[in-house]
Amino acid sequence: MTNLAAAQATLAEAAQVGAAGGVARFAWLLIALPALGAAVLLIGGKRTNAWGHLLGCATVVLSFLYGTLLFFDTTDLDPQRRVRELDVFSWIPVNALQVDFGLRLDPLSLTFVLLVTGVGALIHIYSVGYMSHDADRRKFFAYLNLFVAAMLVLVLGNSFVTLYFGWEGVGVASYLLIAFWQHRPAAATAAKKAFLMNRVGDVGLAIAIFLLFRDLGTTQYTEVFARAGELSSGTLLAITLLLLLGACGKSGQFPLQAWLPDAMEGPTPVSALIHAATMVTAGVYLVARSNPIYDLSPDGRLVVTVIGALTLLIGCVIGCAYDDIKKVLAYSTVSQIGYMILAVGLGPAGYALGIMHLLTHGFFKAGLFLGAGSVMHGMNDETDIRRFGGLFRYMPVTAVTFIIGYLAIIGFPGLSGYFSKDAIIEAAFGQEGWRGWVFGGAALLGAGLTAFYMTRLVLLTFFGEKRWEKLTSADGRAYHPHESPSVMTVPMIVLAIGSVGAGAFFALGDNLVTWLEPSLGALEASEHGVLPHALVPVLTILLVAAGVAAAWLLVGRKPVPVTRPVRVALPVRAARADLYANAINEALFARPGAWLARALVFVDNKGVDGLVNGTAALLGGGSGRMRRLQTGFVRSYALSMLGGSVLVVAALLVVRFA
Amino acid sequence: MTVLEAAHTSLGGFLAQVTPIQAPEIDYAAILPMLIVLGAACVGVLFEAFLPRYQRWSWQVALTLLTLVGAGLALVVYLRDNPQQGVVTLAGVLSVDRPALFLWGTLLVLAFGAVLLIADRSVEPGGAFVSHAAVRPGTIQDRAQAARLGMQTEVFPLTLFALGGMMVFCASNNLLTMFIALEVLSLPLYLMCGLARRRRLLSQEAAVKYFLLGAFASAFFLYGVALLYGYANSVRLRDIAEAAAGTNRSDTLLYAGLGLLVVGLLFKASVGPFHAWTPDVYQGAPTPVTAFMAACTKVAAFGGILRVLTGAFQATSWEWRGVLWGVAIVSMIIGAVLGLTQTDIKRMIAYSSVAHAGFLLVGSIALTGEGLSGTLFYLLAYGFTTVAAFGVVSLVRTADGEATHLSQWAGLAKRSPLVAGVFTFLLLALAGIPLTSGFIGKFVVFSAALKDGMAPLVVVALLASAVAAFFYLRVVVLMYFSEPSPEGPTVSVPGSFTMVAITLGTVITFVLGVWPAFVLDWAGAGGFAFSTT
Repeated sequence: MTNLAAAQATLAEAAQVGAAGGVARFAWLLIALPALGAAVLLIGGKRTNAWGHLLGCATVVLSFLYGTLLFFDTTDLDPQRRVRELDVFSWIPVNALQVDFGLRLDPLSLTFVLLVTGVGALIHIYSVGYMSHDADRRKFFAYLNLFVAAMLVLVLGNSFVTLYFGWEGVGVASYLLIAFWQHRPAAATAAKKAFLMNRVGDVGLAIAIFLLFRDLGTTQYTEVFARAGELSSGTLLAITLLLLLGACGKSGQFPLQAWLPDAMEGPTPVSALIHAATMVTAGVYLVARSNPIYDLSPDGRLVVTVIGALTLLIGCVIGCAYDDIKKVLAYSTVSQIGYMILAVGLGPAGYALGIMHLLTHGFFKAGLFLGAGSVMHGMNDETDIRRFGGLFRYMPVTAVTFIIGYLAIIGFPGLSGYFSKDAIIEAAFGQEGWRGWVFGGAALLGAGLTAFYMTRLVLLTFFGEKRWEKLTSADGRAYHPHESPSVMTVPMIVLAIGSVGAGAFFALGDNLVTWLEPSLGALEASEHGVLPHALVPVLTILLVAAGVAAAWLLVGRKPVPVTRPVRVALPVRAARADLYANAINEALFARPGAWLARALVFVDNKGVDGLVNGTAALLGGGSGRMRRLQTGFVRSYALSMLGGSVLVVAALLVVRFA
Repeated sequence: MTVLEAAHTSLGGFLAQVTPIQAPEIDYAAILPMLIVLGAACVGVLFEAFLPRYQRWSWQVALTLLTLVGAGLALVVYLRDNPQQGVVTLAGVLSVDRPALFLWGTLLVLAFGAVLLIADRSVEPGGAFVSHAAVRPGTIQDRAQAARLGMQTEVFPLTLFALGGMMVFCASNNLLTMFIALEVLSLPLYLMCGLARRRRLLSQEAAVKYFLLGAFASAFFLYGVALLYGYANSVRLRDIAEAAAGTNRSDTLLYAGLGLLVVGLLFKASVGPFHAWTPDVYQGAPTPVTAFMAACTKVAAFGGILRVLTGAFQATSWEWRGVLWGVAIVSMIIGAVLGLTQTDIKRMIAYSSVAHAGFLLVGSIALTGEGLSGTLFYLLAYGFTTVAAFGVVSLVRTADGEATHLSQWAGLAKRSPLVAGVFTFLLLALAGIPLTSGFIGKFVVFSAALKDGMAPLVVVALLASAVAAFFYLRVVVLMYFSEPSPEGPTVSVPGSFTMVAITLGTVITFVLGVWPAFVLDWAGAGGFAFSTT
């Protein structure tokens, strides 16, 4: 019965998934180009220093152009035929485990291709200016190219194993780039932290893949999705939770969020590309991509939603307390990804909305980070917003693009964040019963808090008193704020345009939702929401306005101390300590782990080594004693043979007759 | 005819009861490899008698190598169209079945490698063999002959005689033939042990010890045969098996005979506690002869053990198996533990061979198809590794000959990385590390034993392997992580003969480690044949 249903589902799926032909036959070029760039720059070494950054930009731009070509090639097709596969080579042909390296070209993956290569190309270009004084600029571009290649493997692969390959690849690139200035202990530590916390998530993802292989014998998306119904509900729940664990690691979600703010030790373009726009959204991609599995497990989806709601609030609260411009943006990223995870956790009512917010967020958050980088570039790499102030006049392009990004993120009506975030809040309120109130309430509250901390950030940076005038930076230089070169401002302007228009373009006429339908299924509008549809946007706007006003009252009106006050209320102290996330990790995992390690070392030294050395001493001593039997005299040898023979014969007779 | 008619008339009915003797049918194609080897040995003796001294070496080397190749070709040609179940020929005395053919092939290729080592005259100027064995050691004449370049070329026909004896030994179907083959293979070996160019006294002592103890062991063997004849009224393996299957004869005769017979066989295979000769003889004998003994004698002896146990004592295996368990355990422990404290590399390999004999015995007493094929594979793999290892040992020298003391090997990797690397690989093979034939050999033998319900024995074998790994790795550590002593040994550039032998052994050790399937298939191609029907 189920087999029959599964077989029919396979047939239906097979009819849907066509082989890629025409221009799509060379889709592997998307990955090969940046991979080639990385290889040339890494193997070529210093010889490529002069033109390395240009090659790095060129490969990504070419990938983007080819991606655009593929996009239009796909839009020409009938919507039912937009999911295509391309077999590249047989990758792991081991007995029952047959993994082909294949690409899945469908609306979802192509959307990500455009995001990754598009934003990636802009950030590559920006980095030419940002990293112009760095001796290792070529290596930086090599790593960036490596990241783009790995990210494309992640989103284009047509099986969970290929995804895992890309997943680990972006992990390595992220590690290398966070530690790009490894001479700074903070950067080296942050890279290690990111790597270790990601491992926790990766283990979850790996076990989920093992479970799929154990029960279905395949890791190919088409087959897994067609046969997901054969899995028992327990296995389904386990797989959804393990996939979620993977997503939490990569996307900085609770309880694995602590690495993402520390990752800001990397160069700012890295923060913009990897730790805001693309890599950290891989978790959202994973859940959305696995939608046929999540559709079958409402309990798993509920956990996803809870994690999303919790994380978005955690991110907002901590974001309010920080004074470091990049860390505020980092916690804002944590919180915005929380929105996306919340959305995809809603199931068919939210997959496409999560992806939409992911795209708009990619634009405005990348723009904000590049803006922050531009501010730092003009302010001796200072990141403390208490030492900024009144910078609008000195860097107008940066300020305007930054403010556009700010308006987009708080959901100012008409800008892109408004369309995508509002849709998520509405969908959350669209849930039945307590879920609607809890998730909708969390999303709504998050919108207000976002407005508060982002307004605070903008006010402290670009407006008010010029607090930097009387100060010098840590290396003793005075501040001379200036606008960045056009190689940096142009990408910011392009991203600002995206921040303004992307939301309307995606949302109006349901463009994006319809386009994603072949991959994610049709969007289910909620009918039984706890609040009327019309009321939600009004409430949101009211709360956002309240947040802006609160920020204005707190930091806009009155002078702000340059050093941050020490005696503050308990909630602020908690937020400044990352809501004790590091302390909790330390107490729950790090310290017991260290104790365990120490105990094992003790057992190893005293017990195991003692046993081994004791055995060795025993054998050596025995050997020395037995050696004396080898006297060199034939008579004693003959005697030993005779003794042995008597024993053998006697034993045989005893066995027989006893 | 007239005689017969006359007999008819004179003796009448008496002769009617006597059947005339018929000449047995001989399958010459089947025994051709053996005939080639023994015939060439006789030709080699004639060479010694009629060729001038300076021509003998080249003629003997050419004859011996060609003989081995020719016998090998005859074997391959015969393999192509022989019956799967094997043939029993020469009035039921010899069985040419798949295991026998595999053992013959193994003996021929291993002897080829050993003969290459024997023939080498560049590592030790003039060869590893003395020019006049009869000169008393330590005299003026002896010191004079050490510098003389000639060598006692009788060693080549002696090798061929020993090889012929081994081939008969592992194919013989009755115990008397087996005894004669045992003597044919042993006597030349006793002589060859005494022919070392250097350290003449040690070499002669080794020869005498080997001879005395070998004679002792032969006596055991012969006594065992006699008791078994008393029990079964026949020396044919098949008859003994049938007699044991269901009679009311005296079991004392059967088990005492079996015990003594097995002792004789275990002695040749250097299984503990009948191993006492092994370290002394391995150390004293010229290294090429040690290689030949260690590889080929072991093959022949275990071939004989497999055949006797399967052919004559399968039905009583429940009674004797426990005893051989004990013997195997004793052998593994003696080899592994005593190897730990050896300071001479040849003695160390000797104890290693005692441990390996224990492992081989584990496979031999399984008496299943897998035990048979596993043991055959192990013999081939072990033989090649050993020949190559002794080849390397012969390369490391000081002014007074081979530097066999372990302390002299310290830091060898710094001076000759290639030799140290090859020897490391061979030691890893002896220890049974994956990617070498040693690992596959242990694996097939132990898994056969496990399937036949001998789990405790396999556990002991694995523990013994772990202990033995220590002394192999100690040499590796010594070669790589110790400072070389200033007056340390030099490593000779091997002549082409030794080079070929070492390369052959090393390459096959590696190939059997990564692609053992074809040899395993061949080793498992068929079982023993004991009667013509």
